[in-house]
Amino acid sequence: MSDLRELYQEVILDHYRSPRNFGHHQPSNREAKGNNPLCGDKFTVYALVEDGMVKDISFEGRGCAISTASASLMTELLKGQTEQNAQAMFERFRGVVTGEQDQRLDDGLDKLNVLAGVRGYPMRVKCATLAWHTLKAALNQTDETVVTE
Amino acid sequence: MTDTASPTETAPRFDAAAIRDQFPILGTRSHGKPLTFLDSAASAQKPQAVIDAVAETYAFQYANVHRGVYELSERTSAAFEAVRGKARGLINAAHDNEIVFTSGATEGINLVAQSWGRANLGPGDEVLITEMEHHSNIVPWQLLRDEMGITLKVAPFDDHGVLIMEAFEKLLSERTKLVSVTQISNALGTVLPVREITAMAHAAGALVLVDGAQGVPHLAIDVRALDCDFYTFSGHKLYGPSGTGVLYGKADLLAHMPPWKGGGDMITSVTFEKTEFAAPPMRFEAGTPNIAGIIGMGAAMDWVAGLDQGGLAAHEDDLLAYGAACLSEIPGLRIIGTAPDKAAVISFVLNYAHPHDIGTVLDNQGVAVRTGHHCAQPVMEHFDVAATVRASFGAYSSRDDIDALVNALEIVRELLG
Ligand SMILES: Cc1ncc(COP(=O)(O)O)c(C=O)c1O
Repeated sequence: MSDLRELYQEVILDHYRSPRNFGHHQPSNREAKGNNPLCGDKFTVYALVEDGMVKDISFEGRGCAISTASASLMTELLKGQTEQNAQAMFERFRGVVTGEQDQRLDDGLDKLNVLAGVRGYPMRVKCATLAWHTLKAALNQTDETVVTE
Repeated sequence: MTDTASPTETAPRFDAAAIRDQFPILGTRSHGKPLTFLDSAASAQKPQAVIDAVAETYAFQYANVHRGVYELSERTSAAFEAVRGKARGLINAAHDNEIVFTSGATEGINLVAQSWGRANLGPGDEVLITEMEHHSNIVPWQLLRDEMGITLKVAPFDDHGVLIMEAFEKLLSERTKLVSVTQISNALGTVLPVREITAMAHAAGALVLVDGAQGVPHLAIDVRALDCDFYTFSGHKLYGPSGTGVLYGKADLLAHMPPWKGGGDMITSVTFEKTEFAAPPMRFEAGTPNIAGIIGMGAAMDWVAGLDQGGLAAHEDDLLAYGAACLSEIPGLRIIGTAPDKAAVISFVLNYAHPHDIGTVLDNQGVAVRTGHHCAQPVMEHFDVAATVRASFGAYSSRDDIDALVNALEIVRELLG
């Protein structure tokens, strides 16, 4: 049960129960939908991008604790970043949840270390990265629905 | 069935333990815990008899079927063909040649759609299904709809997961050419009144295809009493190998159906000008089949036939009643699918945790359940949930499995509640 406690840390449960930047209340000029057919999770991610900066991000939809908390943390961390930085952060985050990258994240991304526990659950990596893939699609302006399975 | 037993009542005398011992996988561990397997509706585990039949085929009795004059091929062909008789007996069909081997229920439905459907349906014709079908009994008809302009009609179920018969009857008309329904819902456990459905459909002039993927493992099947025109099921849900299955069709229907796949084994003669097709069932079995798998499916049918049928049914009813009673005592838990006539499936949600998270925590306790939409997204939509947790039972399941589930759900509450 100890590794489960690590997976379901208080921070994750907190973001699950009260996701930040939830709902489409602010202006946006980019959006994409993402879904995970395996568990029925569906998110829409909205972004306001100006001068290469991600000025605002929000999301809506429903998902499990892991995908919701990850989406919520993502919106907090990527708001105010350059598009380029956002993409780079996704790559670093992905490295951590897949276990490809063994080091803990630092310089502003340390909050994401709470999600490192999913590397023990390969089926759940898709949950952790769903919102990120979706944001990436929104930033790249691809209209296609993102599917992780 | 579900409302009489309480968790404290004692189980009937059916000896599930002896059955359980025949399944090697049930003695293994998962995450260091004894495996609690509650996902039989997705695929059942295999008894030693089936494992041996497959292994012995490969070890001692394997060659391509229907092709060699040599003794080994003849022996293999005989073992393979003998399974038609076993399947006929299992569902009480009249003739062996009404049994078409397939790779599973999915292929059986697609066969009917592509062969019978293309030959007999046209624009404006209607196929009637229900709201609780598995995707495999939705998508093949949508493909035909998009290609041929047929109309797909869907009969609704109520909030218990019971098919609304008046609505079903209203949807029947002279335009209805086929009614294609599941016998048991894999997502809800509802047992449908397929005999009554068939009578109503026939009265309207429609044929009936019954998806028996979930029916065969839990009910005694008599296709002649049901009077359905087609019946399909999968070997792997009946304790047999995956990639095996049966489509039953009434002989006179099969005789007039065109082939749907071309290849070897389904012809009587081929020239570049013209091909003569073999009679059913071979006409529908192009290519080298899953030889060892079909022989293994035959072993599974023998194994099932050797069980005390009354005891098995009572055992599964007891598990369902016990499971429903135990689970409904858990705060925040809602059972999805509460039809009075139900079989071997309990779907549920918790109001504080997502099924996927529940599944991970249960898995960590060695409890294997299915979480997700169960290939029945319209059912999820009806109940306005994205997914459910589904515990499903087989002959080897026991009250201990349910107790393990209930204990593991307590850990879900500690972690996520
Ligand atoms: C009701 C029902 N129909 C059809 C199928 C498809 O069976 P298969 O995947 O073995 O072809 C399933 C299996 O999940 C099922 O439960």
